[in-house]
Amino acid sequence: MSEKITFTIDGVEVQADPGQTILQAAEAAGIYIPRLCAHKDLTPHGSCRVCTVFVNGRPQSACTQPVAPGITVENDTEKINAIRKDIIEMLFVEGNHFCMFCEKSGNCELQALGYRFGMLAPKYPYMFPKREVDASHPDIFIDRNRCILCGRCVRASRMLDGKGVFEFVGRGPEKRVQVNAEARLADTDASVTDKAVQVCPVGALLPKRVGYKVPVGQRLYDHEPIGSDIEKK
Amino acid sequence: MSKNLQTTVKGICQSCGNDRGRMMDIVRAVQEQFGCVSNEALDLIASQVNCHRVEVESVVSFYAFLSTRPKGQVVIRLCDDIIDRFNGLEPVAETFQKELGINFGQTTSDGKITLEKTPCIGMCDQAPACMVNDEIVTYLSTDKAKEIVTGLKKDLNVKKLVHKYGDGNNANDLVKSMVHNNVRQKGEVIFGDHIAEEGLKKALAMTPQEVIRDMKTARLRGRGGAGFPTGMKWEFTRAADATGKKRYVVCNADEGEPGTFKDRVLLTEKADMLFEGMTIGGYAIGAEAGILYLRAEYAYLRAFLEDALNKRRKNNLLGNNILGKAGFNFDIRIQMGAGAYICGEETSLLSSCEGLRGDPKNRPPFPAQQGYLAAPTTVNNVETFCCASRIMEKGAGWFASLGSKGSPGTKLLSVSGDCHNPGVYEVPFGIKLSDLLNMVGANGAQAVQVGGPSGSMVGPSDYGRTICYDDLATGGSIMVFGPERNILEIVDYFMDFFIEESCGYCTPCRVGNVLLKQKLEDIMHGRGEPSDLTYLENLGQTVKIASRCGLGQTSPNPILTTLKNFRGLYEALVKQGEPGMLPTFNLEEAVTQAAHIAGHGPMKHH
Repeated sequence: MSEKITFTIDGVEVQADPGQTILQAAEAAGIYIPRLCAHKDLTPHGSCRVCTVFVNGRPQSACTQPVAPGITVENDTEKINAIRKDIIEMLFVEGNHFCMFCEKSGNCELQALGYRFGMLAPKYPYMFPKREVDASHPDIFIDRNRCILCGRCVRASRMLDGKGVFEFVGRGPEKRVQVNAEARLADTDASVTDKAVQVCPVGALLPKRVGYKVPVGQRLYDHEPIGSDIEKK
Repeated sequence: MSKNLQTTVKGICQSCGNDRGRMMDIVRAVQEQFGCVSNEALDLIASQVNCHRVEVESVVSFYAFLSTRPKGQVVIRLCDDIIDRFNGLEPVAETFQKELGINFGQTTSDGKITLEKTPCIGMCDQAPACMVNDEIVTYLSTDKAKEIVTGLKKDLNVKKLVHKYGDGNNANDLVKSMVHNNVRQKGEVIFGDHIAEEGLKKALAMTPQEVIRDMKTARLRGRGGAGFPTGMKWEFTRAADATGKKRYVVCNADEGEPGTFKDRVLLTEKADMLFEGMTIGGYAIGAEAGILYLRAEYAYLRAFLEDALNKRRKNNLLGNNILGKAGFNFDIRIQMGAGAYICGEETSLLSSCEGLRGDPKNRPPFPAQQGYLAAPTTVNNVETFCCASRIMEKGAGWFASLGSKGSPGTKLLSVSGDCHNPGVYEVPFGIKLSDLLNMVGANGAQAVQVGGPSGSMVGPSDYGRTICYDDLATGGSIMVFGPERNILEIVDYFMDFFIEESCGYCTPCRVGNVLLKQKLEDIMHGRGEPSDLTYLENLGQTVKIASRCGLGQTSPNPILTTLKNFRGLYEALVKQGEPGMLPTFNLEEAVTQAAHIAGHGPMKHH
């Protein structure tokens, strides 16, 4: 066992293993750093920027930034939380997120973060983009209206499923998730048991016919805010 | 599937060793041959290089010069820079549309000519300009536009559009371009008397560590804009663990910052000085391979640069045991880009070299630790390598004595816009902006954009400031705007540019810039209220702080620096809305459709 690295998050001393990211070390210490694109089974992506922290005064994504001895990390501050809330609101207005009609409601990480950050209505105007829905696959559907471009499906399909069903195409505001076929998910080797389908933080990639297996009111974030499991550690 | 496509695509892939890492070369070649990378081609390439077709599509869809849908045999790309706009772009654009009978983004019905707009092609000193395939046509007028279309209708050979060559190497047999260098002011470092290869010879007589020490003594800092100390960068790259890997030297010749064109002139006139500098860098860090990442807009210089490399190989300036130095082997290849401003960001550039989308990489690890193909890599600007070559030739002390204290040496500036003498100026660091404006013939400038859109817009009260790393930093772009220009129109254009060129990887840049522009336009159209200025400032700060790379970290600058330096322009446009009403809400507009359905005329809400 190599030696522990010591640093602080909001003044609290934290011990970490070399090679850990700030996000991992914080989590192990019972400190929740909000995140969307990061997932414990996937390599860090650093794209959503919700996990932005200040490391020795400089903004960094906690999911990609390795721990280092003696660093000062600011996490739960007014300034950083305001930035995070801005980002969450950006994601809400960028897509078409109608929680009341969405079967992911209550299990959705974006929605849960909206609640955690006290977002009533986004301060930014809705963009109402036209996005494609793909229901061609017998067991999975893609609703790009809800996609937040976190790339979890892209990474999971590649790394965990060994497939490569999903990839980003386009750039800038035109960026979107595309499937490894001319157009339809049905023409790929995607399967409902793929990890790629399970890691979607929102309702963009869902298995068919099981949407209301767990009733609304009994879902993951219905009783406790997102991050509570980490904070209880 | 056509047999021709099949054999040609296969052939292209094979000539690239069926190497997934050379995807850029493959898709560029397919695009050139067939006018697109079609669905069939995506499948063929994927099976040939053994990757998923969506990976190929991912790359093709990222770059502006590549497409899955067919383009004409000739693509006219009209440079849509703000400088071009202020130099009469609109009538030229209209003429092209009229003469071709198509709109921008369309192809003539015979499939021959496609008309597009593209951001800065590095010709702001001879705007308006366009690319016709790889050929550059400058100083466009409506007559010239007509002439181009008439010429192309007769013969699609784009070389025939050039009647008179520019100065210097622009007239070289391998260039034959009408581009002018417009070198207006020669300084001591880049354009001073130079003994070819003297720097390289001196470097090879020293140890690599001594070369790095000299870069540090000279206090050379990166000329691309960020100003990182070159000696340190080289030292980190040399010191990085390269077990089982080679080290790489990469030259960033992807100057895409609107208003920059000084690297164009260096590539044309100082190619050997650049390659010499790269070779010195290779020796210093212990690399065997170098890459020149050349932006697609400068493809017209490619054959000339390839030839320069070949000559160096013949003269033992590249290859094995260079200049008799046993064990020092180094060669350089050219990697073409395909139309993406973001690839000027060093980690995006490396992604592109690896045959990927031009997404920036997560840092750490930094390129010096894990860059190209995860090997220790040093990435420097064209001008930086030229400086390195001169430092070796003339000595670190000589270089350090030039310029200002914190910013030694000279700087090449690309000056464009409302001035008498647009072009390239080599000036010592520390020059006052007012002195520069005098030099270029720009008296009475209303504003100067220093460092391109990602830099700052300053007004007359800042003209006493100096150009250097510690005050007004710039990678070289200086755009001058006269009193007749509408500053907010410029800002609006710059925001469009960033939206268009954002890679879309991270949320703040992808979404935030669109929101910034929306609000700016609300204000410009009289729908803004005073609190919107705070909205812009807060949103701009979030985008700056939270974005993942330099693009997003600087993209709000056009708005933020004008809010600071030209606040009155904004304040004059915003007004307090009626109580309880958002100024962005137009009741009449909102009920127009309903009123129409109900069968009454326009509603009046009073």
